[in-house]
Amino acid sequence: MLQTGILIFPGINRERDMAIAVEQSFGKAPKLIWHKETDLTGLDLVIIPGGFSFGDYLRCGAMAAQSPVMQAVKTHAARGGYVLGVCNGFQILTEAGLLPGALLRNAGLRFLSMDTMLSVERNDTIFTAHYQKGQVFRAPLAHGDGNYTADPATLDRLEGEGLVAFRYAPGAGGAESQNYNRNGSARAIAGIYSPNHRILGLMPHPEDLVDPLMGGTDGKPLFDSLAAA
Amino acid sequence: MKAIVTVMLKDGVLDPQGKAIGHALNNLGFTQVGDVRAGKIIELTLTESDPLVAKAGVEDMAKMLLANMVIESFKVEIAS
Repeated sequence: MLQTGILIFPGINRERDMAIAVEQSFGKAPKLIWHKETDLTGLDLVIIPGGFSFGDYLRCGAMAAQSPVMQAVKTHAARGGYVLGVCNGFQILTEAGLLPGALLRNAGLRFLSMDTMLSVERNDTIFTAHYQKGQVFRAPLAHGDGNYTADPATLDRLEGEGLVAFRYAPGAGGAESQNYNRNGSARAIAGIYSPNHRILGLMPHPEDLVDPLMGGTDGKPLFDSLAAA
Repeated sequence: MKAIVTVMLKDGVLDPQGKAIGHALNNLGFTQVGDVRAGKIIELTLTESDPLVAKAGVEDMAKMLLANMVIESFKVEIAS
C-alpha cells in the first residue's frame, strides 16, 4: 500500500474530496501535510489537490511552487516517488518545473464548472491500470486557467514519448460532442506524465466522481489503480 | 531605487484577455483598434543603489518567479 500524503497550501479547497477518494480505495486515510513541511521521507505518493493556492496571485500555482514543501516534492520525485497533481495541483507542478508547459486562461475566458469526457491514452501506468486503453470516462471540470500550452517541440515530444495521460474527448454524440475541448488546450491535452510516468498532472477532478452518491464512479478506477500498486 | 517589471504573454501565445478587451473597444466604437495584448506591471522598491546590480537582480527575480518563461516575456526598467 502506497504511503500517501496530501499537500495543503493556503487557499487549497479540494483536499477533503481527495482524502475521501483515497481513503475509499486505499482503506486508509492519507496524511494531510501543511506547505511548511520540508521532509516527505516515508511517503510513496504525494498528492497536490485543487483549489486556489495563495489566491492565484501572480499566476495560478506560482506562489505555491515556491513553498518549502515543493523543494521536498522535488526531492521525492528525484528519488522516484509518485506525484499526482489535480487542477491547481497540475498548475503547481508546471510552475515548479516538474511537468512541462503551462496552463493559460481558458480560451473562452469563462470559468468552467461542468463535466467533461476524458480518453485514457494508456493504461500501463500506476495511475490508469484499472481503466481500458481508449476508454472514455466522465470527470468534472472546475477551473478558469486550464488551457494547456507548450511549444510545438514539447507537444511533439509528449505525444511521441507517450506522455499524454488524458485528452478531452467527445461524449456519446449530441451538441456536447462538437465542443469538447472547452478550455482550448493544445491538442486537447487534459493531463500529462513525467518521462518516468511517476508524476501525473491533470485539470479535471476524478476524485469528485468516486461514489454513486456523487453521481457516478468514473474517477474511482484511478484511485483503485493506485491502491493496487 | 525602483524597478518596473513589465510581463507580457509571448508573441504567438493566445491572449484571450487582450482579445476580449479589443472586442469591447470595437463595440464602444473605437474601430481603429486592431490587436490588443494585456500584460502586467510589477513595481519593486529596492535597497540596492547600483542600477546595473539592481537590474541583474530583478532579472533573476523575473526568471524565477515574476514571469513564467514558458509563456511570458519580461522587460526590466530601473527608475531612480
